[in-house]
Amino acid sequence: MKHSRRKILLTAAITALSLHAFSAQATPVKIGIVGPFSGPFAHYGVLFKGGVESYLASQGGKLAGQAIEIIYRDSGGPNPGGTKAVVQELVVKDKVDYLGGFIFTPNAMAIAPIIQQSKTPTVIFNAATSAITAKSDYFVRTSYTLWQVTVPEAQWAAKQGIKRVVTAVSDYGPGIDAENAFKSEFTKQGGQVVESIRMPMSTKDFAPFVQRIKATGAQAVYTFLPGGPPNLGFVKAYNQNGLADAGIRFLGTAEMDEFDLQKFGDDAIGLTTAFHYSAAHDSEANKRFKSALKATAPEAVANYASVGAWDGMYVIEQMIQATKGARDGDKAMAAAKSLKWESPRGPVSIDPQTRHITQNVYLRKVEKTADGLVNREIQNFGAQRDHGTKP
Amino acid sequence: MEELALNILIDGTTYGMVLFVIAVGMSVTLGLMRFVNLSHGAFAMIGGYVTAHCIQAWGFGFFSATLLGVLFTIALAGTLEHTVLRHLYRRSELTQVLFTIGLSFFLIATTNAIAGPQIQLIALPDWLNAQVDLGFRVLPAQRLLVIAVGVIVLVAISYAVAKTRFGVWLRAAVDNPDAAASLGIPIRLVQSTTFACGAALAALGGVLGAELMPLEPFYALKYLVLVLVVVAVGGMGDIKGTFMAAWLLGTIDTASQYLASSWGGIFFFVAMILFLARRPDGILKARET
Repeated sequence: MKHSRRKILLTAAITALSLHAFSAQATPVKIGIVGPFSGPFAHYGVLFKGGVESYLASQGGKLAGQAIEIIYRDSGGPNPGGTKAVVQELVVKDKVDYLGGFIFTPNAMAIAPIIQQSKTPTVIFNAATSAITAKSDYFVRTSYTLWQVTVPEAQWAAKQGIKRVVTAVSDYGPGIDAENAFKSEFTKQGGQVVESIRMPMSTKDFAPFVQRIKATGAQAVYTFLPGGPPNLGFVKAYNQNGLADAGIRFLGTAEMDEFDLQKFGDDAIGLTTAFHYSAAHDSEANKRFKSALKATAPEAVANYASVGAWDGMYVIEQMIQATKGARDGDKAMAAAKSLKWESPRGPVSIDPQTRHITQNVYLRKVEKTADGLVNREIQNFGAQRDHGTKP
Repeated sequence: MEELALNILIDGTTYGMVLFVIAVGMSVTLGLMRFVNLSHGAFAMIGGYVTAHCIQAWGFGFFSATLLGVLFTIALAGTLEHTVLRHLYRRSELTQVLFTIGLSFFLIATTNAIAGPQIQLIALPDWLNAQVDLGFRVLPAQRLLVIAVGVIVLVAISYAVAKTRFGVWLRAAVDNPDAAASLGIPIRLVQSTTFACGAALAALGGVLGAELMPLEPFYALKYLVLVLVVVAVGGMGDIKGTFMAAWLLGTIDTASQYLASSWGGIFFFVAMILFLARRPDGILKARET
């Protein structure tokens, strides 16, 4: 009796194991994509989805020979609690093998314990605070950090003989991050930050701040503003109050992003920014990316968010390749850490220490062409690691 | 020092006028008609969107496009008023609030579906984009237009309400609709016209204010608090009060940006609390004892 019960158990176990092995072959690899698909930030969701779908389509609908199932989940705006709930559901109920997406830093921070415990490799397509990837061993990031693009810009400004700069940033996390990055590097280079202005998030009329910038007599203004109304308002005020004419140079990062760029009109011509991706980057990889995006998701523009998603999908593909479609978070992460490839933005690699993308940062100037405004890359600062973390 | 004071005065006045032009339509419907129309922002947004579209897609001039935007908003608001909103006039304020907030969400989603989530810009003609040299600084010509329109709107509405027959009808119709109707005042005409005027002013504000408050689907709710603050401080239906409130609040907000921006937008709301505590009926009305 005892003997036969053991036998039954053993048979059951073997059957279950073989069934499991079988199902691992047949079921598609599941990828959960989390981003804002509704509300005021829904355009980021469109950009993520465009990047993801067009990459998948460019690979014939399969990644590394494996069938793929993508599950999109809405995080809304900055909402750590809601994002945590959504990711928990993806991990526990849908049993996703990989996660991708994430626009806002607090949302990405909130899910670190879940992916750490479940060993789910998670590719951050956007959220740009340096500290995020340290929160879990399963984070890898294909976007940028403010330190990464600001430090070479500050070095360049100092080399141009600019001595006195005023910083004007929106008064919230990334703005303060940008201010610190510029200040620390520019002072190290012997420059002087004459005034640091923090503009409230609720600001509608930027004229007062622009007048204050003018009054400092600085040679340039380093600025960081969130995309959309604040960004448009500031650039407009910069022009309307004659700062460019007064010889105060504009030093930005993400301000001239392709999603907002055409809306500035002629106001934007000649403005300089330092950034990792320009839709006007001249390379075969970028042409492939743009035509794939146009064919699959014409509603999405080629910018830092869609290219972050595109490269993020490449990283996931390589992780699937390394694990042959099986679920093995540690093996997948080990593969991700040694990646090096040609992205639409230029040659990139994953820094094994920070799991953040190492990439070229370019100095760009807005130019008017027949197709509208473009960010023309005029200088390549070379490969930059995330300067926001200790080497 | 004098230059700083002048800067605050100039930027405060222009910002205040933008606030006034955006808020005055709300003051008309909320104050004069006593109808809590929280879809005011949505009407402003629609006026702005139609104007932007007329300029971008059809190549209209700035003024004809603004006129079309305002007329379209009047037509839409008039239709809504005639079919739906008039049934709410005698309902409780809570019903009005819930309905018009719902209407705002509906219009946000519709705008998003038709035009997409990106910001729409109203292209200004060159002479409005020009910089006017004030000697010690420059000012965009568009702001001068906003100041002029603000003053014209103030004078026109004050005159219409106080001096014309229509103004008399309006006040009678709001205070006692039944008695007014029995005296032969065309109540429905008065209501429709006033509501349409409120919507037209909203649209005008949407167009002229777009320089500072860019048009996007969430416009409808994003700036509602700002508008409500101006109307509340100014006093319900008090056009001169709304003007003064917009000017003062705009100047206070601007001064805080020059002098104490690290405090954020707090002074605007502190000023609101103080004004409402001292003059709950409106900035120009002494408290009744």
